[in-house]
Amino acid sequence: MSNNVKGEQVFTNCCTGGPVYVYVKDGKITRIEPLELSKDDATWVIEARGKKFSPENRARVSAYALAERSRIYGSSRILHPLKRVDFDPKGDRKQANRGKSDYKEISWDEALDILCDEIKRIRVNYGPGAMLSTPSSHHNWGNVGYRHSTYFRFMNILGYTYADHNPDSWEGWHWGAMHNWGFSWRLGIPGQYDLLEDALKNSEMMVFWSSDPSTTSGIYAGQESAIRRLWLKELGIKMVFIDPFYNFTAINFSDKWFAPRPGTDTAMAAAIAYVWITEDLYDKDYIKSRTYGFDKWRDYILGKEDDTPKTPEWAEKESLIPAREIRALAREWGKKKTMLAAGGLGGWGGACRTAYGTEWARMMVLLAAMQGLGKPGSNIWSTTGGVPFNADFVFPGYAEGGISGDPANSAAHFQMISRGVTMHPVSSAINNPGGQHIPRILVPECIMNPPQEWRGKGFCGNSTETQFMKYKYPEDGFSELKMFWRYGGAYIGTMNNTNRWVRMYRSPGLEFVVNQSIYLEGEAKFADLILPACTNFERLDISEAANCSGYIPHSSYGTNRRMIILQKKCIEPLGESKSDYEIFCMVARRLGFYEKFTEGGLTEEDWVKRVFNASDLPKYISWEEFEKKGYFVVPLPKDYKPTPTLRWFAENRKKDTPDWGPIGGATQGLPDSEGYIDTQTGLIEFESQSLKRFDPNDEERPPVTKYIPSWEGHHTKELYSKYPLQLISPHPAYSFHTMYDAKGCWINEIPEHRVKAKDGYYYWVIRINPMDAKKRDIEEGDIVKAYNDRATVLLAAQVTERVPPGVVHSYESCAIYEPIGEPGESPDRGGCVNLLTPHRYISKNACGQAPNSCLIEIAKWNK
Amino acid sequence: MTRWGFVIDISKCNACYCCFTACKDEHWDNDYPPYTASQPKYEQFWMNLARNERGKYPYIKVAYMPVPCMQCADAPCIKATRDGAVYKRPDGIVVIDPQKAVGQEQLVKSCPYGAIFWNEEKKLPQKCTFCVHRLEAGEIPRCVQACPSGCIVFGDLDDPQSDVSKLIKSANAEVFHPEWKTSPNVYYIDLHKMTKYFVAGAVVYGDTDECAEGVTATLTADGRSVKTTTNNYGNFEFDGLDVGKYTVKLEYAGYAPKTIDIDLKTDNYLGDIVLAKA
Repeated sequence: MSNNVKGEQVFTNCCTGGPVYVYVKDGKITRIEPLELSKDDATWVIEARGKKFSPENRARVSAYALAERSRIYGSSRILHPLKRVDFDPKGDRKQANRGKSDYKEISWDEALDILCDEIKRIRVNYGPGAMLSTPSSHHNWGNVGYRHSTYFRFMNILGYTYADHNPDSWEGWHWGAMHNWGFSWRLGIPGQYDLLEDALKNSEMMVFWSSDPSTTSGIYAGQESAIRRLWLKELGIKMVFIDPFYNFTAINFSDKWFAPRPGTDTAMAAAIAYVWITEDLYDKDYIKSRTYGFDKWRDYILGKEDDTPKTPEWAEKESLIPAREIRALAREWGKKKTMLAAGGLGGWGGACRTAYGTEWARMMVLLAAMQGLGKPGSNIWSTTGGVPFNADFVFPGYAEGGISGDPANSAAHFQMISRGVTMHPVSSAINNPGGQHIPRILVPECIMNPPQEWRGKGFCGNSTETQFMKYKYPEDGFSELKMFWRYGGAYIGTMNNTNRWVRMYRSPGLEFVVNQSIYLEGEAKFADLILPACTNFERLDISEAANCSGYIPHSSYGTNRRMIILQKKCIEPLGESKSDYEIFCMVARRLGFYEKFTEGGLTEEDWVKRVFNASDLPKYISWEEFEKKGYFVVPLPKDYKPTPTLRWFAENRKKDTPDWGPIGGATQGLPDSEGYIDTQTGLIEFESQSLKRFDPNDEERPPVTKYIPSWEGHHTKELYSKYPLQLISPHPAYSFHTMYDAKGCWINEIPEHRVKAKDGYYYWVIRINPMDAKKRDIEEGDIVKAYNDRATVLLAAQVTERVPPGVVHSYESCAIYEPIGEPGESPDRGGCVNLLTPHRYISKNACGQAPNSCLIEIAKWNK
Repeated sequence: MTRWGFVIDISKCNACYCCFTACKDEHWDNDYPPYTASQPKYEQFWMNLARNERGKYPYIKVAYMPVPCMQCADAPCIKATRDGAVYKRPDGIVVIDPQKAVGQEQLVKSCPYGAIFWNEEKKLPQKCTFCVHRLEAGEIPRCVQACPSGCIVFGDLDDPQSDVSKLIKSANAEVFHPEWKTSPNVYYIDLHKMTKYFVAGAVVYGDTDECAEGVTATLTADGRSVKTTTNNYGNFEFDGLDVGKYTVKLEYAGYAPKTIDIDLKTDNYLGDIVLAKA
C-alpha cells in the first residue's frame, strides 16, 4: 500500500476489471491502483517439466479498472433526477419526442411523485404485468448492490414482467453443445478445474478457436491469466489461432493463424474430423466407451448420408482455408496432446454467436471427444480458468441471489439458501414460468407488434429440456406492457438490429419510461424520467473478484487466487446520485413496502455483514480484521489434490470435481456417481438424444451435428452481392460491455477502441483489409459509413491485414447512440455496430442472437 | 551510483494498455512537486503504445511497443532548454521543472521520440519521469506496477546484479534509434519487431499438393547465409532483416531446388512456393 501523499485515505474496492486500492484525499479519489497482496497471503506452486510456477503478489487488473477514476468523474454522469421537458404525465406525453427532447433537473421528491403516481396508475388501469423491467448485465459490482440482489428484491416485491436476458456469451453452447454433453447448469460449457496444471504438465499444443483470452480474460479476471500464457510459451507449447481476426492473444503467441470466412468454422471442423477418420488419428477406445452415436456422425462426415464427403477440399470452398493447411493442422492436432480453447471461458467465442452457431459449439465438443477429452493434456481449456482452487470455501458470487434470495431467477441460490443472508427471501408472482415474461431480444416486437412466441425462458440452466418450452406474449390473462422501468442503457449497443429499440421507445403504446442509470447515454436518453444512480465506489459492498457463480460455478478460478474484497465507500455519491438500494428504499417507502424490502430497516452495511457472516469468512477472519485489511485471500487446503475437469469421465469413474450438477439431481436413472455426464445416455452424444426427442426433423438443429450455411453470408447470393463485407463484432477488448466506453473515460483514447477524427469527435473503430479499403478509396483514420438495409453507422477505419479481404471487424458494446438526424432513421456517429446486425434467431428453435452473421457495405463518409 | 532504467520486452506486450491508463491515473489532476504538474485529462500520453504491423494476410506479425520518456543520458531536451528548466538527476532521470519550464514550447519539438507533450492550459511542456515521486517513496513506477506480463522491467542499470542489467546482457536489449545518439536509459528486447523486416513463404510439394515440411531454406546476402527448416505448414521465416538484396534457396531431397531473388524493401511474404518432383 502506498501512502506517499500525506492525508490520503486508502480504501479497497472491486470492479468487473479486478480488485483495487482507491486513494482518496479531501473527499476526492486521487488514484486507483491494483490490489497489492502481502507475502503472508496464501499462494500456490505448480511444478511441471522441471520448472516451478507461482503467481505474483499483485492483482492483475484490466486497463479499464485503472481508468475507473475517469469514469467515476465521467462527462455524462447524471447528477440530478431529470424529466424530459415535454413529458406531461397528466396531459400530452409526446412519446414520439423521446430521444430528441432535452431534460430538466427536478427534485428527488418530484421524481418520486411522478414515478409512484405512474406505477399506481398503470396498476389500476391495466393490472399486473403491465410494467416491464430489465437491468443491463452490469450496472455495478458487489454482492449487495448487484442486479440479482437489490434489484430483484425490489422488483419481485413490486411485481413486474421481466425481460429475460438471453445467454449472450454462451449462445451456441447453450442451444447446441448442451445437447451433446449436458452441463446445463453451466449453460453448455464445461468447468476448467485444475486444467492449468494439466496443461503445464501434459499438453503439447493449444488451439485457440474463436478465442482471445488476452482481451476477454474469461470473465471479470482482468489480466490475471496473462502470466499463464507466458508459462505455456516458456514450456514450448505450440499455439494455433483460428479466428477471422488476428486477435490480441495471437499477436504474442500465434505459431499459425487461420482466418476462416465467418460462419464457416463448422465446415473447417468437419474437415478436421474427416482427416482424423480417414487417417486413423483419433482415440477409438474413448469413442467406443465414452461416446454414443459416432457411426451416424461419421457417415455424415464421410458423405455416406448426403454424397458430400467433408474433405479439406470441400471445406476450402466454404472457409477459404487451403485444404492442405487444414490437413496439416488435423494431423498435428491428431498427434499432439491438445487443449482446445473454444472461446474465452473454455467455451464461448464469437463463432457461437453466428447463424447456426449451435453447430460450431457442438462440433468443438465432438472434436475434443475424438482426441480423448479429459485425458491428461487433452481438454477444452482456454487459459483463463483452472488454477489451484479451494472450492470448499463458501463465498457467494453475484448470481446467487444476494439479498433477494430469489430462488427462480438467480442461478445457484441453493448455495446460500440455508446460510441466512436474508430471512425473508422474495420471488416474483409474475416473473416465473407460469406468469408473464418476455425475452430481451424480443422486447421491441412485444411492445410494437404483439403477439409473439419463442422457446426458453432466459438462461435455461435448470435442465436441457427447459429451452424447448414454448412461451407467448401476452401471456393468457396478463396485460400488455405499458410502462418500462429500465435500469442502465446498454442495449442499443449490445442487442441486435437496434433501430428496433429506438422505434419501440418512440412508439405511443409505451406510456411511461423511467431509467435508473449512472450515465446519460444510450437508452437512458429515451426515458421520460431519469433516476441518478451512483457507482460502487460511492457505496459499501462486499464481493469476490471474478466471482459471478450461478451459471459459471467457481468462476473465481479465473483469478490466480481467490480474493474477497470489502468494497468500501470511498467517496460520497456525486451530486444528488444515490445507491440503487437507497433509491429503491425511497420508492418502497412511498409505495408502502419499505419494511419488507429492507427486512425491517436493514442498511447496506447490515446486508454486507449478513453476507460476511453467511460466508466461510468468519472461520478465518473476524469482521474487524477484515474491515481493517479490506480483503482476504482464500488458502488452499493443506492436502490439496487436483481433480481435472472430466478426467473422471475419461476414466469412467465417479465424478471427483467440485462442480455442481443438474438442479434436482442427476439425469433420471443415471446418477453422476457412475461416471456419466448429464445427457440421456450419460455419454458424449454424436447423435443428440435430446434433440432427437424434441424434433428429429429439425434441419436447422439436427440430432447429428452438421455444417449448415449461414442465413446471412456468402451463400445468400442476392444480399451478398449488395453487401459484400462480412462484419464480425466480438465482445470488446478494452471495455466491459458498455461500461468503460465514452462518458469521458480514458479508454476512448486507446486507438484500438476509438479514434479522434479531424472534427474532434472520437469515432468507434472498424478494421478493414487494405484490398477492400483500396477498392473503396478508404485510408487509415478515414471516417466511413458502414451500412445495410437495417442502418448506417459512422466509424473510423483502421486499415489492417489483421482481417482477411471480405471481412470487417468492429467490437460490439458501444455505449452511446448519437444519431445525426431523426433517431432510428439517420446514421449513428456513436458507433453502435449492433444497429447493423440481424436480430434473427440462431435457428428457428434456438432463440439466441447471431450478430456475427452480418453483411454490410462500407463507403467513405464525405459529409 | 544508481541509474534508473527500463528494459521493455516487445514480445511480451499484449497491448492491454494497462500502462497507458495507469499513467493517466497517476498524473491526471495530481501535482507531484517539484517534479511534475498535473497532466490534463486527455491527449497526453506519457506512456504511449506504438503499433507495428508487418506482412500481408495470411502471414502477418503485429507488435506493440510501450514508449515512455527515454531518460536520455545525452538528452536533446536539456540542450534545448533555457534557464536550466530541464535537468538530469544523479540517478539518470530527466526532469522538466514545472515552474521554470513554463512557456518553453520548443522542448516539445526537441524530443525525437515524441515523448514531450504541451499543456496548453498551463503553457507547460510535460513528460514521464519514471514516477520519480514514487521512487522517492520507495515505490515502483505506475506503468511497471500495472504491467501484467512482465513486459516492462524497472531497475538500476549500474548494478550488474539487477534484473535490468541481466536482461540487457542475456536478451541483447537495444535502445531505440541509437543513431540519434541520445544514449537512452530505456532498452528494448526484440526491437526488430518494430524496426526490421521478415521474409517468409509457404512451401508446397507439387506432386502431392501437401504442405512441405522439413525443406531446408537458406537465406543468402553478401555471401553470408542462414538456414532454417519449414514447419508442418510448409512455412519458413527469416526475421530481423534490413532492406537489401537477398536470395532464398529451398531444397528437399527428391525435389528440384528452387532459388528466389528478393529485393527486400518491406516485409515480404512470398506466398505458396511449389517444389516440383525432381
